Parts: sequence; C-alpha cells; structure tokens
Amino acid sequence: MKAAVIVFPGSNCDRDIAVALGQSIGSAPTMIWHRDTELPPADLIVVPGGFSYGDYLRAGAMAAHSPIMREVVARARAGTAVLAICNGFQVATECGLLPGVLLRNSNLKFVCRDVHLRVENPFTPFTQQYDDGEVVTFPVAHHDGNYFADAETHRSLLDNDQIAFRYCDRRGGLDTSANPNGSLDNIAGIFNANKNVLGLMPHPERASDPALGGNDGRPMFESLVASLS
Amino acid sequence: MKARVHITLKPGVHDPQSKAIASALKGLGFGGFDDVRQGKYIEIDLADSDRASAERIVKEMCAKFLANPVIENYRVDIDAT
Repeated sequence: MKAAVIVFPGSNCDRDIAVALGQSIGSAPTMIWHRDTELPPADLIVVPGGFSYGDYLRAGAMAAHSPIMREVVARARAGTAVLAICNGFQVATECGLLPGVLLRNSNLKFVCRDVHLRVENPFTPFTQQYDDGEVVTFPVAHHDGNYFADAETHRSLLDNDQIAFRYCDRRGGLDTSANPNGSLDNIAGIFNANKNVLGLMPHPERASDPALGGNDGRPMFESLVASLS
Repeated sequence: MKARVHITLKPGVHDPQSKAIASALKGLGFGGFDDVRQGKYIEIDLADSDRASAERIVKEMCAKFLANPVIENYRVDIDAT
C-alpha cells in the first residue's frame, strides 16, 4: 500500500501521521509539499492536522483552494481513500469533499484532551477492525471543531450511515457532557457518501503507540492496510 | 472603485462569539438591545471602473472563497469613490 501525506505551511501533525502510518504499512509515506501540483500514485492520501495558512479567513479555507487540493479532490472523486484529520477535516469540508462545516467550539476555548468516541460504522476501509459501538479513546486538540450541518444534510448523514464516530462517555453514552465542542449530534467524524473519505477532529495518529498513552488509533491504520493493500 | 464586503453568519447558526459579546456588553452596563451578531468586513480595491461587472466579480469571489455558503451570508457594496 502506498500513502501520501499533504504538507501545508502550518501543518503540524504531518510527521505524527507519517510515523503512525509507516509502522502499519511497513514503509514511509511520501510527503507532498502544498506547492507540488503532481501527486504520485497513492492508495491513501492524508490531509493532516495543524493550522494550515494560520487559519486565515476560515480554518481550512486557504488550503482548500491550494493547487494540490484540486488534485486530491479529483483523486477522491475517482475513489482514492482520503483520511482528513483535524485541520484536514476542516479543509475537506471547505473544498466540498465532506458536507457541513466546523465552527468555533461552543465554549470558545481551545480543547486539548483525551475524549471517548463511539464507533458508529465499522463497515468501511477505515474502521473495519473496530467493533460496532466500540468505545475508543483519542486525543482532540482544536479551537474549531464544532461540527454543524443543516437539518437536511444531517438527515442524509444518518440515512447513509455516514457518521463515523460520536463523542461519548466511557460507556458509550451520548450525553452532552461528553461533547467537548458543541458538535451537532455529538458528531466527531463523518464519511462521504461513498465511504472513501473520512474526516474527523480527534487524532488517531496520536493514539497509536502505548508509550504515548494509548493505542486505540492503531486499528484504523491496520484497517486501511488490510483493505487497500 | 472599492468593494466593501460584509460577511455574517446565517440566522440559526449558533454563534457563541456573538453570545459572549452580548453578555460582555450587558456586563458593562449597556442595555437596550436584544441580539448581537458579529462577522467579517473585507475591503477590496478594484481596477474595474464598471460598477455592474465589479459587483458581479466580487460576488463570485464571495461565493467561491470569501464566504462559506453553508453557514455565511454576504453583502457587497460598491463604492465609486
């Protein structure tokens, strides 16, 4: 399996995901600088976390219109798997790969802590090594992670099983106190309709080594290797 | 010719910043208002001297990039001076 990681000025999780993915794949992903207009052949493209272009205008807006993202969008529409984490999720909504938008956190604070997530759809290339309803722990670190979509979009996400993860308590309960940022319906991550694009605010790559406090992100990378190799 | 662009969140989009501003204003003793909505203001100096085409181009800028149509409305004013 070949993976490519897009690097923008201000990306800061690009090396974390390269290490985490590399461990599962067995070889290092190709790092692609934002000015590059050619993307090498890849089975998986990662849009990593960070603060691309300083979050100018809106988080993700500048990166969404960079030349390399045109190529990423074209590949995604042709079926290539795209994993968009944190700022990458914001970029993916801004360029129309995923529906909805990430607003400022409802408490107006930057949230940086571990959260519990419930796996809502384990029948995708990203999540097949999780169990349905399994509770996992990933860290979040964001200021604009408050997922919002209009009622019609929310309905279609539900109808098409596009919700990937929801914020929950340690037993999988979905009360509002388990929601760190005010996201609609406790949504932490969503798929596109074809399930080849996953965007999520929590960081699986920061939960892929027991030395860093947890390993719950590892099954995501193992799932990708198993389904895309 | 100058374009003045006002970008505001659509009604119904939860806006915690505006709520915080309203509550701070009340804390400072100001009253006599029901709601506060904050947004962005962008000025663009245009080479175009034709008002209609300037307005069309700036609206296209808003729709494609300056505003996110999922959550934001925009208003374009063209100033001839």
